[in-house]
Amino acid sequence: MNKLTSLISGAILLFIYLLVQLLERQGILLAYHVQILSLCCINIILVVSLNLINGFTGQFSIGHAGFFAIGAYASAYLTVTWQVPFIFAIICGGILAGIAGLAVGLPALRLRGDYLAIATLGFGEIIRVIILNTDAVGGARGFSGIPKYTTFGLAYLTAIITVVVIRNFVNSDYGRACLAVREDEIAAESLGVNSTYFKVLAFTIGAFFAGAAGTLFSHYLQYMAPTPSQIGFVKSIDILIMLVLGGLGSITGSVIAAIVLTVIPELLRGFAEYRMIIYPILLILVMLYRPSGLLAGQEFSLASLAQLFKGAKAHGNHS
Amino acid sequence: MATTAELMVDNLCVQFGGLKAVDQVCFSLKPQTLAGLIGPNGAGKTTVFNALTGLCPVSSGQISFCEKQLTNEPPHTIARHGIARTFQNIRLFNNLTVLDNLRIAYHQNRQYSLLCGIFRSPRFKREEAQITAKAREALDLVGLADKSEHIAGSLPYGEQRRVEIARALMLSPKLLLLDEPAAGMNPQETQTLLELIRKLRDELKITVLLIEHDMKLVMNLCEELFVLDYGHLIAKGDPKSIQSNERVVEAYLGGSWA
Ligand SMILES: Nc1ncnc2c1ncn2[C@@H]1O[C@H](COP(=O)(O)OP(=O)(O)O)[C@@H](O)[C@H]1O
Ligand SMILES: [Mg+2]
Repeated sequence: MNKLTSLISGAILLFIYLLVQLLERQGILLAYHVQILSLCCINIILVVSLNLINGFTGQFSIGHAGFFAIGAYASAYLTVTWQVPFIFAIICGGILAGIAGLAVGLPALRLRGDYLAIATLGFGEIIRVIILNTDAVGGARGFSGIPKYTTFGLAYLTAIITVVVIRNFVNSDYGRACLAVREDEIAAESLGVNSTYFKVLAFTIGAFFAGAAGTLFSHYLQYMAPTPSQIGFVKSIDILIMLVLGGLGSITGSVIAAIVLTVIPELLRGFAEYRMIIYPILLILVMLYRPSGLLAGQEFSLASLAQLFKGAKAHGNHS
Repeated sequence: MATTAELMVDNLCVQFGGLKAVDQVCFSLKPQTLAGLIGPNGAGKTTVFNALTGLCPVSSGQISFCEKQLTNEPPHTIARHGIARTFQNIRLFNNLTVLDNLRIAYHQNRQYSLLCGIFRSPRFKREEAQITAKAREALDLVGLADKSEHIAGSLPYGEQRRVEIARALMLSPKLLLLDEPAAGMNPQETQTLLELIRKLRDELKITVLLIEHDMKLVMNLCEELFVLDYGHLIAKGDPKSIQSNERVVEAYLGGSWA
């Protein structure tokens, strides 16, 4: 069953990729559409990696855009000035963001709740201000002339890798230790879990993937602007909203929310000014009717779908 | 039976601001004893447990366990040395399954690396199967084998207490500290608990120190008692001598005994 479901999932994922390729070649999907799909993938990476920190480990961080920015700019600097191969740039972007995560996490994760949130928010803004004042990456003018290395396929593959890695992490002893820290830090400690270590580990891994997402982003748009909405707190909040909408602690929830909240603003392009009205309304509705997010800590899987199907069938047979 | 003490508590003091919650307490435990820590509410019993498990800072004095100094070590280090505990207000991982509650507690024995976990290597699978088997074994021991997939927070109180004991056992402890394990249990559950604690000591060969207000349970079960009052250790000895100890009787009458 397990082997079978992973085989089916793999086949579906491959099918989606081939379908996008085909539709693009046929001219049915325009470059604009493919760009939205790629942004969906990048946002999936951001939301799922933030979920590891906020959802699974319970450390409320709102500075995710800081790591995203480090990845985006550092990798762009590498490809522009040193023409390093892109795959290497992605890994470097991730590792540099991961190192930043480690450096910020060690002191900041001693803080709790609101204090941690404020500290991470501050970190994100510090990164943005540093970039704003660094001429080597364009400063306030923005960073232009970044080569277009990111393709839909690459973003898609990275998103899949992120989801699989974080899912496997969460389902290992390492992930269970993170869950324990979220549920009850004192009990976790009394059972031999070094809570500081696992908070910092989750933070570092989350930062790594955010950095990789940044790399894909800057090499897709080919231009980075040091604005709050692209690499500052607005971006952080955007990611957070997707996370909360999908449900803290649900990877599939994060994926669905990332796609929905990337596509909706594009559909509502004509009403761009209303985005700030529609988003809060959406959130209020979620808070009212699904306070734990769309999937509320549950995972959507083929196996559970099959179960549901069987249940419905059995039910049908009964009546 | 070995005669050297396993746990040695020497002049333990814990101070919260101006309050001396634990004041110059000395006691020791030999391996495989069933011991009880009793005293009125607020006497400092839980605080002694917290000091032993690193959850509150020791102001002065020393704690050694199996000849190792554990004074003011962090809780996760102390757990690794073989001291496990339960809490007066149950602290289960409420949103997780019973099985996951127990598997988390096997953390210190996990050998596979982070990469093994991420790539789901054969080693990861082998060890995870072992961890699950171990957890089921512990659940079996406390008689909750059929509750493994339940969400811990949804279980009735008495069962939550037993899950917490099973979880502590996943550490393969040498010393088990139980903070009011019978609180909120009916007489029948208390009887089962008493038998369980005895079984744990006899079969797993561990030392048990428990805090309990149920005097019947304490007198039936414990071979050695320590009595705390206002942070002071006012008596120690076997249950018979404690029952006739004048200072203890005084603390009983003057205090708020349940
Ligand atoms: N973290 C703490 N901070 C301040 N005072 C505390 C703390 N923990 C316990 N105390 C105080 O220490 C005394 C002993 O408490 P405790 O050890 O819980 O008693 P009990 O014997 O009922 O378990 C009480 O007066 C309690 O109010
Ligand atoms: Mg107490």
